[in-house]
Amino acid sequence: MKNTIKGGALALLTTLSAPVLAQMSDAERDAWALAQQQKAARAMRAGAAAVAAPATPASSSQPTASTAPDDRRWMPDLGKLTATGGVIQVEGAGGGGLTPWALITGYGTRDSYGANAHYTYLSTQDYTLKSYGVAVGILDRVELSLNKQELYGSLAPLADLKISQDIVGIKLKLAGDAVYDQDRWMPQIAAGVMFKHNNGIGGLGAVTSVKQLGAASDAGIDYYLAATKLLLQESLLLNGTLRLTKANQMGLLGFGGDQRDRYQAMGEFSAAYLINRKLALGVEYRMKPRNLAADHEKDYYDAFLAWFPSKNLSMTLAYVALGDITVYNPKRQRGVYLSLQAGF
Amino acid sequence: MMRQQIRRVAAALALAGTLGAAQAQAQTAPPDDSLYRALGGLPVLQKVVDDFMANMLADRRIKHTFAESNIERVKQKLVEQFCQLSGGGCVYTGDPMREVHQGLKLSNADFNALVEDLQLAMDANGIPSHTQNRLLALLAPMQRETVSR
Repeated sequence: MKNTIKGGALALLTTLSAPVLAQMSDAERDAWALAQQQKAARAMRAGAAAVAAPATPASSSQPTASTAPDDRRWMPDLGKLTATGGVIQVEGAGGGGLTPWALITGYGTRDSYGANAHYTYLSTQDYTLKSYGVAVGILDRVELSLNKQELYGSLAPLADLKISQDIVGIKLKLAGDAVYDQDRWMPQIAAGVMFKHNNGIGGLGAVTSVKQLGAASDAGIDYYLAATKLLLQESLLLNGTLRLTKANQMGLLGFGGDQRDRYQAMGEFSAAYLINRKLALGVEYRMKPRNLAADHEKDYYDAFLAWFPSKNLSMTLAYVALGDITVYNPKRQRGVYLSLQAGF
Repeated sequence: MMRQQIRRVAAALALAGTLGAAQAQAQTAPPDDSLYRALGGLPVLQKVVDDFMANMLADRRIKHTFAESNIERVKQKLVEQFCQLSGGGCVYTGDPMREVHQGLKLSNADFNALVEDLQLAMDANGIPSHTQNRLLALLAPMQRETVSR
């Protein structure tokens, strides 16, 4: 209420000081009038908010007009546009299905935060991969992710196979904005790291560690640089990611190997057509290293349909090809990928 | 093997570069009225702006930003602006975007709320998604002039 009075006083003062305007130049007068208008508008808004405030008991004890925004300051703002946080990829980072993108997960803008939990089920002829975890996006700048992958075999001699690994990810948005920079060539760029730890092998008798399959280590770190460009003019989203890695089958078969034990740069590419705000249809290709004699590792690729019924839920259905996973089963593994994601 | 991989990466990067160049070319090409026509011309733009404003005034996230506005004037300027941007030959006679918005201390969430209200208005007027996106591509960079918080 005090602010309303202040606003009234300001208006009065404006009226009284009007004669002074005659001595100003046109430009000065315009600038002065604009400043006064803005000042008055601010005072009016503040006054209006102060009047409205008592209606909500929780904020009536606080005298300032800024209580309404303050009350919401620590709430997630769900402020990004639908689908612009992407989905969570198979290693837990925000991205597509197989590839991390430069987008930060969740719907929090640069003034807020968001988070997602996902459960991903990938089933080929002879293997099942389950991946689940949580990821948090902070200030639309930093993304932290925790993820677990479990690989199961279903065909002898790998019928009882179980391999699991944990992945901790961090991603930092470096430059650009995928949504707003429509008049620039600049994509959104982010750098990320994935710390991976293989928990060992079950169901293979004496073979309990990936090192026994030829891997140099059961832990490794992937480094990546991702560039995501949304071309709204074409309703297209393009992503290119360059990853430095030693991981065999993402790390499920360890890191480095008897053939090679050094970092290699792998390209990963995604393209999606935005059918509408809730549906995206796309393809992905992910290059892979070949470090193990026991694994003629192949590049991955997929074709996906992602559905965003709301900002709290998304579903991704894909056809995915993983190649042959080990020399013990030369059949090229193809199958279905289904991912559910819930968050804000 | 490594060399082969480098070659594959190089080929992909070259493809990405070509796409970028094609986009830059599209942006410098002389303005055409294909988007204006795809949107349905002035009658549809006027209905879209009517619905757009109604959506914003009912949107608790941003309705307060119009407390001091002359709504009819804002709608008129929006029609001019959308018509001009889409190649309809109108001239936007409103104040510069930065000047109009600087006192409002808008956030990205406010800007995006506005985009959502516009999307709903375009939906209501039967504008297909890819045409909506073409208009949004022209509006999105205004985030830099309107968001100040």
